[in-house]
Amino acid sequence: MFGLEKKDTSLLLIVAVLTMFAPFILNPFPTDSALAQFNAGYPDLMQRFVIFGIFAIGFNILFGLTGYLSFGHAAFLGVGSYAAVWMFKLIGMNVLPAILLAIIVSGLFSVIIGYVSLRRSGIYFSILTLAFAQMSFALAYSVLTPITGGETGLQLALDDPRILGVSQTAEGNIPVPSLFGLEMRSTAELVVGPWEFVFNVGYYTSALFMLASFYLAIRIFRSPFGMMLRAVKSNQQRMNYTGLNTRPYTLAAFVISGMYAGLAGGLMASMDPLAGAERMQWTASGEVVLMTILGGAGTLIGPVLGAGFIKYFENIFSKINDNVLHGWFAFLPDGMEDFVVFIIHPFIGKGWHLTLGILFMMVVIFLPGGLVEGGQRISSWVRGRKSEDKAKGKTEPAE
Amino acid sequence: MTKSDVTRRGVLKSGAMVGAGVALPTIFTASSAAAYTNEPTGSSVTLGFNVPQTGPYADEGADELRAYELAVEHLNGGGDGGMMNTFSSKALKGNGILGKKVEFVTGDTQTKSDAARASAKSMIEKDGAVMITGGSSSGVAVAVQALCQEAGVIFMAGLTHSNDTTGKDKRANGFRHFFNSYMSGAALAPILAKNYGNDRKAYHLTADYNWGYTTEEAVRTSTEAMGWETVAAVKTPLTATDFSSYIAPVLQSGADVLVLNHYGGNMVNSLTNAVQFGLRDKLVNNKNFEIVVPLYSRLMAKGAGANVKGIYGSTNWHWSLQDEGSKAFVKSFGTKYGFPPSQAAHTCYVQALLYADACERAGTFNPCGVAEALEGFEFDGMGNGKTLYRADDHQCFKDVLVVRGKENPTSEFDLLEIVEVTPVSQVTYDASIFGGDLGTCNNGA
Repeated sequence: MFGLEKKDTSLLLIVAVLTMFAPFILNPFPTDSALAQFNAGYPDLMQRFVIFGIFAIGFNILFGLTGYLSFGHAAFLGVGSYAAVWMFKLIGMNVLPAILLAIIVSGLFSVIIGYVSLRRSGIYFSILTLAFAQMSFALAYSVLTPITGGETGLQLALDDPRILGVSQTAEGNIPVPSLFGLEMRSTAELVVGPWEFVFNVGYYTSALFMLASFYLAIRIFRSPFGMMLRAVKSNQQRMNYTGLNTRPYTLAAFVISGMYAGLAGGLMASMDPLAGAERMQWTASGEVVLMTILGGAGTLIGPVLGAGFIKYFENIFSKINDNVLHGWFAFLPDGMEDFVVFIIHPFIGKGWHLTLGILFMMVVIFLPGGLVEGGQRISSWVRGRKSEDKAKGKTEPAE
Repeated sequence: MTKSDVTRRGVLKSGAMVGAGVALPTIFTASSAAAYTNEPTGSSVTLGFNVPQTGPYADEGADELRAYELAVEHLNGGGDGGMMNTFSSKALKGNGILGKKVEFVTGDTQTKSDAARASAKSMIEKDGAVMITGGSSSGVAVAVQALCQEAGVIFMAGLTHSNDTTGKDKRANGFRHFFNSYMSGAALAPILAKNYGNDRKAYHLTADYNWGYTTEEAVRTSTEAMGWETVAAVKTPLTATDFSSYIAPVLQSGADVLVLNHYGGNMVNSLTNAVQFGLRDKLVNNKNFEIVVPLYSRLMAKGAGANVKGIYGSTNWHWSLQDEGSKAFVKSFGTKYGFPPSQAAHTCYVQALLYADACERAGTFNPCGVAEALEGFEFDGMGNGKTLYRADDHQCFKDVLVVRGKENPTSEFDLLEIVEVTPVSQVTYDASIFGGDLGTCNNGA
């Protein structure tokens, strides 16, 4: 189906089913139970899962296929966000033009940065992209304040023109982003016994974009162009000696992946119409590298898993505080309770970085292929030895 | 790759799937019948404390969180009641808010607008928070304030000093107790004139971001109005840790006062550099060279150590104040945590109490009712004397403290001494000078 091999079709279908039923899958615990803390099925986090999924898929096209480690990809995400917010300010609150402009602008931006940075490879390429991203961050934070809003970020205001829409709603508020009148924030709730599931328009819009970009990524991975990119990764020098100019291929991959980042940025601004300079900081660029490596670089599904993993920790673990812990361990005797809370304390709340760091180290040490390798090991263990070749799992690494 | 084989069945199947996907969000269109966002229906009400737990302002964030926990304890009738006993409004009874027990959720803003909004969103969408408060930078305050306006909950700003929070970027659902750059400038200028004279030449070093700009402008305008001359204003990168290259040109410029529009770690480093360069021992234009820091905090003074001695600045509140409210707050905070609270802790504690009190007086948690109760509210006994929550821009107007680094500190907390309490009339300004538009209150219904 869709011009894909059977294996890839089923992978796409699995991802489609997972994203469509995410509100159920991510809310496994009843709302009033103590474990509800671990529920991730609320609109904002679900949107983040798929949007950072798109970002990581795009990054993987560059890093996973060509091996070029860009350390400044967040710049494209930021540029996309700024472009989208400007569209909301000037044109109107429909998300489609905003997303379109976000993709175009970040594409152009990545042509410029890619053209310069791709003259070098390896660590020099990483440093160049990092430098460009930090430059963009610094510019957005201070010098370009009239365009970017500086520290406070670019926001909508009541007196923006919005020539194809209204400057303010009848109630005197700023209109919200919508898709032809369907508001991104509108949410329906389904209550089944003690469970509560939320279905959010913004999430499903982002999810459809994510599926489209996932499909496109599969096509790129399986195309002759993708093969060429893998060849660049395995031995670029040999390619050059055979008389092949690799730069157009790497530049194309760079621009495609920049446009993916722009799409993610545009979607982020559509879900929450604000663009801040922090989006371009090097930590944000580093985060997408972590996502890709954590999930499994060069695999199709890996970056999406990695993105979900990191965002889950950032949003769920950082919100557990001592009070919550005391609630969980209230059944223990007093001294024991305090002791257990004392032991766990460094790993939750502000310590979420620590927990994530430990898990990241464990993944890199024990599962060099990322979470995907973990999945493959489990599935091959389940299926036993006899079907070992088939048990390679639903995806395979680039090399 | 296979050739694309479009079959009738395949088209039907995928069509049905896409259709189901598109239809899914619209099937359950019956949105809940609540009158406003997160209307508390049970026996408790949830507040969201969104403070920096990691990043450059983590110290302030930790102190803010302590203050919030203390406020919740007092609201629920625990502890000694703190400022609830000195607060001029007696609506709070120590039985929670409107009879509902106060519960809270916490989050980490990381001092990044994005992270702060994500954290606030999860509090609103997942935990059902009816009010968000906290934060230790203006960028975060403005971002979260706009989010709360969209979502239809009240935002009680924490530490944010930029004029924009209640100026250009003000919102109907947002309220700020902390003072701002304009007030710092207006309060400092007369003291500076009195101590350093009217014919000074000032050199500004300004942190290169929004708060730096508004602070520089405020100090500049008010000092120039007294006859000072601004020789130069140089912007320094926010990430700078070594300011020696910015300090060296100061002496050649002929300036005799250095104004450091820096906050947090920036200020600690730039002040230390300036003192190490011996600026304060110099005589320029036959006058002693002086340094001014517009926004002071105890945590910064602690970082800069002995270098703050004799240096003027302004602050929102200081624990050594001797009014009943401050004494009660310092006592209950000190009893619980063993050290005096910072100005960040004070403003957050007060904001939590003010919100609870407004709910009680309005008789509802509905953001529009609460906002109405806060607008134009006059109160006393919260440590800053008589205070007004101005309806036009949701900014608190109260006395501003001008402080000076103490020459002989007696403890690690006793670093600043209050030079003057500038009366509120001197720092009041017209609400329209910063532009912006409050819009109308949004309750999310």
